Amino acid sequence: MNKTQNNKAWLLVLPVFLLVAFSAIIPLMTVVNYSVQDIFDQNSAYFVGAEWYREVLLDPRLHDSLLRQFGFSGAVLLIEIPLGILVALMMPTRGVMASLSLILLAIPLLIPWNVVGTIWQIFGRADIGLFGWALNNLGVDYNYAANPTDAWFTVLLMDVWHWTSLVALLCYSGLRAIPEAFYQAARIDRASKWAIFRFIQLPRLKSVLIIGVLLRFMDSFMIYTEPFVLTGGGPGNSTTFLSQTLTQMAIGQFDLGPAAAFSLVYFLIVLLVSWLFFTTITHLDNRK
Amino acid sequence: MPMTKTKTLGITLYILFVLTPIYWLLNMSFKTNEEITGDLSFWPKEFTFDNYMVIFTDPSWYMGYFNSMTYVALNVVITLMVALPAAYAFSRYKFLGDKQMFFWLLTNRMAPPAVFLLPFFQLYSSVGLFDTHIAVALAHCLFNVPLAVWILEGFMSGVPKEIDETAYIDGYSFPRFFVRIFLPMIRSGIGVSAFFAFMFSWVELLLARTLTSVEAKPIAAIMTRTIGATGVDWGVLAAAGVLTILPGLLVIWFVRNHVAKGFALGRV
Repeated sequence: MNKTQNNKAWLLVLPVFLLVAFSAIIPLMTVVNYSVQDIFDQNSAYFVGAEWYREVLLDPRLHDSLLRQFGFSGAVLLIEIPLGILVALMMPTRGVMASLSLILLAIPLLIPWNVVGTIWQIFGRADIGLFGWALNNLGVDYNYAANPTDAWFTVLLMDVWHWTSLVALLCYSGLRAIPEAFYQAARIDRASKWAIFRFIQLPRLKSVLIIGVLLRFMDSFMIYTEPFVLTGGGPGNSTTFLSQTLTQMAIGQFDLGPAAAFSLVYFLIVLLVSWLFFTTITHLDNRK
Repeated sequence: MPMTKTKTLGITLYILFVLTPIYWLLNMSFKTNEEITGDLSFWPKEFTFDNYMVIFTDPSWYMGYFNSMTYVALNVVITLMVALPAAYAFSRYKFLGDKQMFFWLLTNRMAPPAVFLLPFFQLYSSVGLFDTHIAVALAHCLFNVPLAVWILEGFMSGVPKEIDETAYIDGYSFPRFFVRIFLPMIRSGIGVSAFFAFMFSWVELLLARTLTSVEAKPIAAIMTRTIGATGVDWGVLAAAGVLTILPGLLVIWFVRNHVAKGFALGRV
């Protein structure tokens, strides 16, 4: 759309700017402020420059948690995006069944995150949970509270259960927007199922998939509540992701300086990856 | 057609996977604690409403639902009020710093809540808003407003600009045009934005818990008290969990017809 140049449009944006600035800029400045000072109590704080940043960037605990975080977000994207597309392709297209499956699929999205954790905490237990009980009765030695592999498996399964629906619903709406004429043309050409998917459906899904991948990356990178409730980050530190390491530091140990420096590094990583991803996609888009 | 059969089977299996953990919670919420911790049973043998009665008769329980609902509703209203004009500006006009502004807004959707935990606590305490519904509603605006602007901008860009121009020629003032003509045209966009705002505000706990202590404490935070010195009160925990699912079900029921168009955020 060709837009008109009009700086008065700022008046329409002003409320958003003020609101978000209040909840974003002031706290962010507080974080910046902490990150360069050593704070003993309310009256004595010393400027320490980049010391906290150096400490944080060299801290092995953070390296481990960052690696785990990338592993988790990567696995989440690799499983949820293809599975979401598949589910969307299988969904009924019209009638009562279409509405019904939409509603049922959307349920996990609207459950508070700690309840999601609670549901899986119960479900996976060998004594009172169906899943843990069934696995153990089948002869699988499964215990997410003691075995790191089982803990990872459960956290991933929980996230797939929780969020694949979002990808599926996005793709479903993308698929519904494809005009019937496209399929008719494909039938005339005797295109195979795969060809229809590859050359008609997938290209038309691109914009929704960008949204899906971005939302899933950002949210999985910030995950806190669900693994905290499910495993508490354990056994050991095996499922402690970035947000949890950060809250441990800031609230558990009250290391405000390093925690603030860590916050900023964390925020910058999310920004950088999202921005890289976004520009790559739009760049590829423009070249065509 | 064998293809349709495979599809039906596939989607049925996936939906079963989605529903089974929820069924298990529901199943537990109707059992007594003795039955839960005893032998595993697939449905309640001694069907009981006691767990639900605990919640419905104790104000410190049910007020949690009231608190959550209050700040979620406030958040949805505030989000839409500020996001609608802004999205209109982004979809119709070029202005100084528009692209930068848009990206900056989206960066706030990317900010991990854990980063803002402590500063938020201090900020809202210092302005005297700590432990109020409005504090949580405002805090949730941090990620809901950018998303709403993004969604609404997509829907508004789908409305041809000629509509605006014709309305102005017909003598409509901007506010009147916006409310009477423009908003009805993008109502599914508004529905979807409200849905997303509801969703992300309802499910968030970290900020909501940090910004409240008694008066505005969300239900999801109250649930942790079932874990006491004598062990976990599984039945009540399950019942409380089931009750947190219901509002979401209600909302998804209302937007089900807009989902097909709406979830694509107006961008297909």
